[in-house]
Amino acid sequence: MRATVGSSTAAPVLGEAPRPSAASAGGLPVVLELRKASKVYPGAPPVRALDRVTLDVVQGEMVSIVGPSGSGKSTLLHLIGALDRPSKGTVRVAGADLRKLRDQELSALRASRIGFVFQQFHLLDGLSALDNVATGLVYRGVGLAERRRRAADALEQVGLGHRLGHRPAQLSGGEQQRVAIARAIVGQPAILLADEPTGNLDSGTGAEVLDLFRSLHFAGHTIVLITHDQQVAAAAARTVRLRDGRVERDEVAL
Amino acid sequence: MSAATVELPRSRLRPGDVFGLGLLGLRAKRMRAVLTGLGIAIGIAAMVAVVGISASSRADLLAELDALGTNFLQVQSGNSLFGEATELPTTAPAMIRRMDSVESATATRNVDNVTVRRNDLIPASESGGISVVATEPSLLDTLDGTVAEGTFLNAATASYPSAVLGSVTAERLGIGSLDTSPLVYLGNQWFQVIGILDPVPLAPDIDRAALIGYDVAEAMFGIDEAPSTVRVRTDADATDAVFDLLAPTVNPESPSDVDVSRPSDALEAKAKADATLTALLLGLGSVALLVGGVGIANVMVISVLERRAEIGVRRALGATRRHIRLQFLIESMMLAGLGGAVGVWLGATITWFYANSRGWTFAVPPTGLFGGIAAALAVGAVAGLYPAVRASRLAPAEAVRSE
Repeated sequence: MRATVGSSTAAPVLGEAPRPSAASAGGLPVVLELRKASKVYPGAPPVRALDRVTLDVVQGEMVSIVGPSGSGKSTLLHLIGALDRPSKGTVRVAGADLRKLRDQELSALRASRIGFVFQQFHLLDGLSALDNVATGLVYRGVGLAERRRRAADALEQVGLGHRLGHRPAQLSGGEQQRVAIARAIVGQPAILLADEPTGNLDSGTGAEVLDLFRSLHFAGHTIVLITHDQQVAAAAARTVRLRDGRVERDEVAL
Repeated sequence: MSAATVELPRSRLRPGDVFGLGLLGLRAKRMRAVLTGLGIAIGIAAMVAVVGISASSRADLLAELDALGTNFLQVQSGNSLFGEATELPTTAPAMIRRMDSVESATATRNVDNVTVRRNDLIPASESGGISVVATEPSLLDTLDGTVAEGTFLNAATASYPSAVLGSVTAERLGIGSLDTSPLVYLGNQWFQVIGILDPVPLAPDIDRAALIGYDVAEAMFGIDEAPSTVRVRTDADATDAVFDLLAPTVNPESPSDVDVSRPSDALEAKAKADATLTALLLGLGSVALLVGGVGIANVMVISVLERRAEIGVRRALGATRRHIRLQFLIESMMLAGLGGAVGVWLGATITWFYANSRGWTFAVPPTGLFGGIAAALAVGAVAGLYPAVRASRLAPAEAVRSE
């Protein structure tokens, strides 16, 4: 079964022709595209969490989004992760315009195009590392045997091939986060989206996890890293600074 | 800006995985699951036991009825419109035997003011609750009764002072066997006991009687030839028709003076009375089930609150609202279903022990077994519906939010 998302004109699977972006002038397809995206939360007075944010991320790029609390990081995370829709402007994730998608289609987009990594890992206590990773494929209708096979591969990729049968409680924080990363990449997402992935780890383990992200980046994954920590943000060559819901600076370290 | 077309595979959850998810939720909090399931188990066990015990008891009664036959009728003299005791016409037995579908009919007559005693030293007034009944020799066939010892009256012995004792009579008189050729003092005459009957459930009065031949009774005690009771065995298919025709046949002039009864009705009424009680107990059991259901709803609501993060992660992994709803609904139904299965087992076990202790055949109707599970599942579905809908309404962005 396939749901058709978006509208009109025939185009390749990942959407329109590549456009030049701040970070890349190459011919790579744009995986994430925000055009004057705003998010206003209703209330008295209404809160403008994001204000006309424009941002492009091309395939294979690693970008840090950094800003103090209240800068709109979480809201941006929700939009990039297709968990929410913008109030105004356009957000395209893997070519799909979020405003045109129904809830069910947003779910489908998340299932097949986005891999999440959370600060608190959010693993299921009752399941082994292998089955936790396999859960990343459960909403794609993949059979159990196939899920486990691919989960074992993903755990191998994050260096946990020897810990398949362990429960989260039997793993260190760093290992748990790596299991979570394996769960995020097991479905080969277009974007790997990490929200303060080192926030619950000590600096040593945090550095190891960041190394893992970098090696995944070198292996071709598109990674968006959201953090308040400048040092963590430095893991990516490109840094987007948010302040008061706006992009303050978008720079590439040389 | 040009629009883009993207082919997206729809989020999909395999049916087998739905059950896996439901089980996962139960496994995570085992103690809670066990205690919650217990509520349902008790309710279902109560209902299954009630149904089972009453079914076993009814099966027993019906088996008894089957053995006795429902084609046995009894005709007695009743009261006239003015409340005076009436007599059956002397011709009654012959008239009845002439009816279609009547297999046999036997006249008996109570010999009033005559008592039966162990010996002549006991005063004649002490009846011991035993009556003396004059009967035709065909009584045993009509009652479908059996002789425990000796023989029943026949054309020959009916003319001599010989008696056959009902089971209770024999017990009261202390006559257990015929080995010593016992005699009883009947009226003011010794009678030879030639037989002892087995109990006759359809005619308890015969159990408490000493039976003698019509001829002897007429000769010695001068009884009237008119019978007091005619017992009738009919063709099994025509019992109702015969029932309706008996009174007008016996006494065409005033049928209302004749009492016709069907002794098996009493047993059936007993079975029916049980059914009424069963309905009442079943109601009580369903209250227990309802309480169990409320318990499940309670636990599921708490579970949804506790598992916001899990819900958020699942939504982030691509679960649709429907998938979340399904997960919690299935979890609730599995919880109740497992409780129900345990309850059915428990109820059946209780029934088995009870039936055994009463010497009944163990019978739990399949509707009780499957109905028990189905009721539990229905309760689980209803109880889980609200929590499941609540879980699915959670906005993914909100559920994912830290803390």
